[in-house]
Amino acid sequence: MTALLEIKDLRARIGDKEILKGLSLTIQPGEIHAIMGPNGSGKSTLANVLMGNPNYEVTGGDILFRGESLLEMTPDERARKGLFLAFQYPVAIPGVTLVNFMRQAVNATRGHEVPIREFRETLFEKMDLLKVDQDFARRYVNDGFSGGEKKRAEMLQMAMLQPAMAVLDETDSGLDIDALRTVAEGVNTLMNEKMGLLLITHYQRLLNYIKPQFVHVLIEGRIVKSGGPELAEQLEASGYDELEAQLATA
Amino acid sequence: MTTAPESIVSEYKYGFYDPEEALFKANKGLTPEIVNMISDMKDEPQWMREFRLKALETFNQKQNPPWGTEQLNDIDFNDIHYFVRATDRDERSWDDVPEYIRRTFDKLGIPEAEKKYLAGVGAQYDSEVVYHNIREDLEKLGVVFLGTDQALKEHEDIFKEYFGTVVPPGDNRFAALNSAVWSGGSFIYVPKGVKVDIPLQAYFRINTQNMGQFERTLIIADEGSQVHYVEGCTAPIYRSDSLHSAVVEIIVKKGARVRYTTIQNWSNNVYNLVTKRAVAYQDAVMEWVDGNLGSKLTMKYPSVYLMEPGAHGEILSLAFAGEGQHQDAGGKIVHAAPNTTSTIISKSLSKDGGRTSYRGLLKVYDGCEGVKANVRCDALLLDETSRSDTYPTMEIDEPDVSIQHEAYVSKLGEDQLFYLMSRGMSEEDAAKMIVNGFVEPIVKELPMEYAVELNRLIELQMDGAVG
Ligand SMILES: Nc1ncnc2c1ncn2[C@@H]1O[C@H](COP(=O)(O)OP(=O)(O)OP(=O)(O)O)[C@@H](O)[C@H]1O
Ligand SMILES: [Mg+2]
Repeated sequence: MTALLEIKDLRARIGDKEILKGLSLTIQPGEIHAIMGPNGSGKSTLANVLMGNPNYEVTGGDILFRGESLLEMTPDERARKGLFLAFQYPVAIPGVTLVNFMRQAVNATRGHEVPIREFRETLFEKMDLLKVDQDFARRYVNDGFSGGEKKRAEMLQMAMLQPAMAVLDETDSGLDIDALRTVAEGVNTLMNEKMGLLLITHYQRLLNYIKPQFVHVLIEGRIVKSGGPELAEQLEASGYDELEAQLATA
Repeated sequence: MTTAPESIVSEYKYGFYDPEEALFKANKGLTPEIVNMISDMKDEPQWMREFRLKALETFNQKQNPPWGTEQLNDIDFNDIHYFVRATDRDERSWDDVPEYIRRTFDKLGIPEAEKKYLAGVGAQYDSEVVYHNIREDLEKLGVVFLGTDQALKEHEDIFKEYFGTVVPPGDNRFAALNSAVWSGGSFIYVPKGVKVDIPLQAYFRINTQNMGQFERTLIIADEGSQVHYVEGCTAPIYRSDSLHSAVVEIIVKKGARVRYTTIQNWSNNVYNLVTKRAVAYQDAVMEWVDGNLGSKLTMKYPSVYLMEPGAHGEILSLAFAGEGQHQDAGGKIVHAAPNTTSTIISKSLSKDGGRTSYRGLLKVYDGCEGVKANVRCDALLLDETSRSDTYPTMEIDEPDVSIQHEAYVSKLGEDQLFYLMSRGMSEEDAAKMIVNGFVEPIVKELPMEYAVELNRLIELQMDGAVG
């Protein structure tokens, strides 16, 4: 069976600095994976490289999506294939309302114009799911949003676009306790047996709500350890120091 | 904002021209004989003839403004036709307008717009107004909307009282030029307390090659009245340059409100050198919404003089400069009375080596306490070769005021593009969306039909901007 996403020995750099140093990871349909790792270890870099951010240069390896290499594709082509990234730091687009933005995004990813009625119905349904105020959609994209509002807006987009493979880069950071639960429940509702999910997080608490089958530890551009959900609990208890020390002596 | 991009064509679609069928075309050149001839042909009163001849002297004595001179020096004032008469009648029915001219305005969608959402329309073709009409109910209320030449004939008293008082011929070289050879334009008088609820529009079309269009517009809003005037303009694409140099004077009396919206879309061979100024009296509101997309060089700084307490002035300026274009735009606000308020918002876009400049003046006279003024200029560069400059001048002679000034220049953000593309939009659509958002504060001030039109024009300009 073809994997949904297969990352093979991926190397990438920004400027002269190599950040991903041979990273491999395979995600099958229906699987939830979590990546944890210290600040600066390359988690967001991985997310950006998957989505095709032109600031990063891939210097080796491959990324296959349903068996097809993404490397030559522009970010919009990847999005149309069904890849989605919830950004750690979503940027503001002043003057563009969230609702207009999502309308274009939905039309673009579907490849055809979705009737306005249908779009609105879906939007209201998803806003309900994520407990987002209706006024929210009339605000300018991420412009003056609080940290938590930005993350919710990212999830609303994911709900609207219904991607086949979603990467959530620290979506839990910035959310208050109630919001975290709401968002996590929303993600669980959206998840299905055909979809893949890659959660980047620092904290166990997200994984209490969204339960990954696989947890990976990323240090200095490589996955140094993989395991089940128990790995996240260990890390929460002992931190990365111990793991790094083990690796140094190994 | 959500219009699909497939309707976009990549050329200036107003570049067509009619074969020259003018009734009369003055020889090229600017002499007292030409000025006399214009006055003769219009059968004007003597005072206007003298006004013109004196203005010609002023023009000859004056220098071009000290900025932008390299480009202005390219204008050969002797290589221009100063007067081109297409038809000797200003009609009230499109059926009476010569057919080839009517076809042009049909193509520009004017008669259709008139039926749908306008209270009155004026259409100028080369030097003169060929069509003018206003809704009957407004006419009955005493609203006057005429071609300026006709207004001089029919309302000479009020005309003479205000003409040249807001922008005197000696104001600057191009105001002097216009005063000498002016022809056409709109005249509007709104009586006390009358509110014109939907816009009056004038459309200016240059057809003849190497010609100068010098319309003159005068708007008087009497106490407590209200009017929104919109102007649009286009021209064919010729290899040689044309000159458009208008003067607009507006008097906004106590408690009145005037909004003047321009969507300037001249072809890229037109020099657009325009003086626009309004005076606003007690509690009056004057708003300029000035969109500049076309032309080779535009120099235009709509101004508001706030003469009495409570007056408010607002200037929303939008400029887009593409290849070979220079938009030198901005605005001037003069606070000449206490407790007056003003806002200037300028948004400019440059691409393909285009150049935008914001040139502004904010002046507060001594003794004008309680003034509040806000100036904000944003420039967006769409590529590395484009340029934007800001020349704000502040002359604040009174300490008890509240002034805010902000200016930003930014580049089309790579992170913004990436964000939108990650949601499936092509690079081009992403850029358009960012630009649409950037100009939104101005576009949202326009009536819906014009907002759609402006967004469409911006998208046309954006075509091929990236990728
Ligand atoms: N534009 C850039 N220029 C130079 N270095 C960069 C740039 N972007 C990221 N880096 C560097 O790349 C490394 C990896 O960054 P990345 O954002 O992938 O880390 P991360 O694992 O997501 O960290 P965090 O947990 O703090 O989000 C860091 O050392 C960072 O400073
Ligand atoms: Mg990160």
